[in-house]
Amino acid sequence: MKQPIYLDYNATTPTDPRVVEAMLPFFTEIYGNAASRNHSFGWTAEEGVSKARNIIGEAIGATGKEIVFTSGATESDNMAVLGVAEFYHEKGKHIITSPIEHKAVVDPCQALEQKGYEITFLDVDEHGRIDLKQLEASIREDTVLVSLMAGNNEIGTLNPLTEIGQMTRERGVLFHCDATQGVGKIPIDVEAMNIDLLSMTAHKIYGPKGIGALYVRRKKPRVRITPIMFGGGHERGFRSGTLNVPGIVGFGKAIELAMEEISSEAERQIGLRQHLYKRLTDELDYVFLNGHPTERLPNNLNLSFGYVEGESLMMGISEIAVSSGSACTSASLEPSYVLRSMGVGDDLAHSSVRFGFGRYTTMEEVNYAADKVIGAVKRLREMSPLYEMVQEGVDLSKVTWTSH
Amino acid sequence: MAYSDKVIDHYNEPRNVGSFDKNDDAVGTGLVGAPECGDVMKLQIKVENDQIVDAKFKTFGCGSAIASSSLATEWVKGKSIDEAMSIQNTEIVEELSLPPVKIHCSVLAEDAIKAAISDYKSRNNSETAEG
Repeated sequence: MKQPIYLDYNATTPTDPRVVEAMLPFFTEIYGNAASRNHSFGWTAEEGVSKARNIIGEAIGATGKEIVFTSGATESDNMAVLGVAEFYHEKGKHIITSPIEHKAVVDPCQALEQKGYEITFLDVDEHGRIDLKQLEASIREDTVLVSLMAGNNEIGTLNPLTEIGQMTRERGVLFHCDATQGVGKIPIDVEAMNIDLLSMTAHKIYGPKGIGALYVRRKKPRVRITPIMFGGGHERGFRSGTLNVPGIVGFGKAIELAMEEISSEAERQIGLRQHLYKRLTDELDYVFLNGHPTERLPNNLNLSFGYVEGESLMMGISEIAVSSGSACTSASLEPSYVLRSMGVGDDLAHSSVRFGFGRYTTMEEVNYAADKVIGAVKRLREMSPLYEMVQEGVDLSKVTWTSH
Repeated sequence: MAYSDKVIDHYNEPRNVGSFDKNDDAVGTGLVGAPECGDVMKLQIKVENDQIVDAKFKTFGCGSAIASSSLATEWVKGKSIDEAMSIQNTEIVEELSLPPVKIHCSVLAEDAIKAAISDYKSRNNSETAEG
């Protein structure tokens, strides 16, 4: 078994060698600018782009013409939120989203707030789910956009996209879905789910980094957005800039491969996830699941190991690559805003670890990771004053702490 | 994040992990930090004739917090109470090569030493108590 073991597939994935193979000719042989309409170099590049565009559109129940290529999901999210807000500002200046969206949605919303827009951040429950009744009650005459993600990148919780889409369509409000973690992993159909704009990226599904797309609905209703990038008028004028042809071809190949095995891979990864969860909870006490027990991404497991700080745990399992919601692992020194919004206490947020499974994860690796995590948690609890106090029957919430 | 060799050494082989009976009059216990902040240190000293003869710690926190408290127990052992009071967090930062973002770990370790001494003094009603 090769080490270190990569269990951080929610952060990014390796590029599948079949994807790299598909991309290679587009660097050295088919290097034309896809916008060059007067020679064969441009035509063949455009052919590659067009094929990928159609595959990507089809994967989400759309057409290729509705796919706008971007540099990644962050750009797609910004484009959707800022573009809709700007274009429809005469209709209204109210946007509904949730506090556990990716920062690529939360931050542009907050930027709009500074410019006089009103943002409603829906409450989320202890599993990170929104309340549909609250969503319904929050939609107003001047609401122009509802932006809610498919699956949460930290805790894996899925949103009820069909129900949300039905509601926004009935009320005549646009629905943007950040499906960065969902595309290629869970079924997404923009028609059945009434999604009007959808963000995606290649590097979460074994494609290259630096290429993503925004689906922009063309009819029923025809969605308009004001661009955030101006120039040569590429991508129906929505996003100017020379197309990243090798990246686009790789994105197309990656999504094609992901769709071929979407159900079998989901089933296999849920098996790995459940196995790891069972082993850790069987052999350790005070292990808490973050996110929804069943309505979650197949490849995400987020756990808090009580009385053990996340960064020290990661240091103890250095041969396994995971990520943590602990403040110590972030530049801001604040624990995860996602866990905080769900009402998870800061103490447990500091103790959270995210395991992400992927195409190349094996049961052998999962068992190895389980052994290492169990060993490290036990060792760190031996030196945890909190674990000792709990064993002595002390109620930690009653202790007067000297915060600093 | 890259850790210094000394932090890794203390993390892998922490010195003086454990607990003394906190009701023993020869023992001073300092408990500093808060779970919500991501670090809690318990540092205990055992004192004979104003000399710290032994020390133990338990820490909930990152690797640098564990290393800072482990080092603190090493340093207070064999020192007089007055000498231990003068240990500065900056010395811990230097010894462990802590980056700026981890300086609060050393501050917490210094606080833990002072809290343990203060607890010892208050239970022994010492004349040298801080005024």
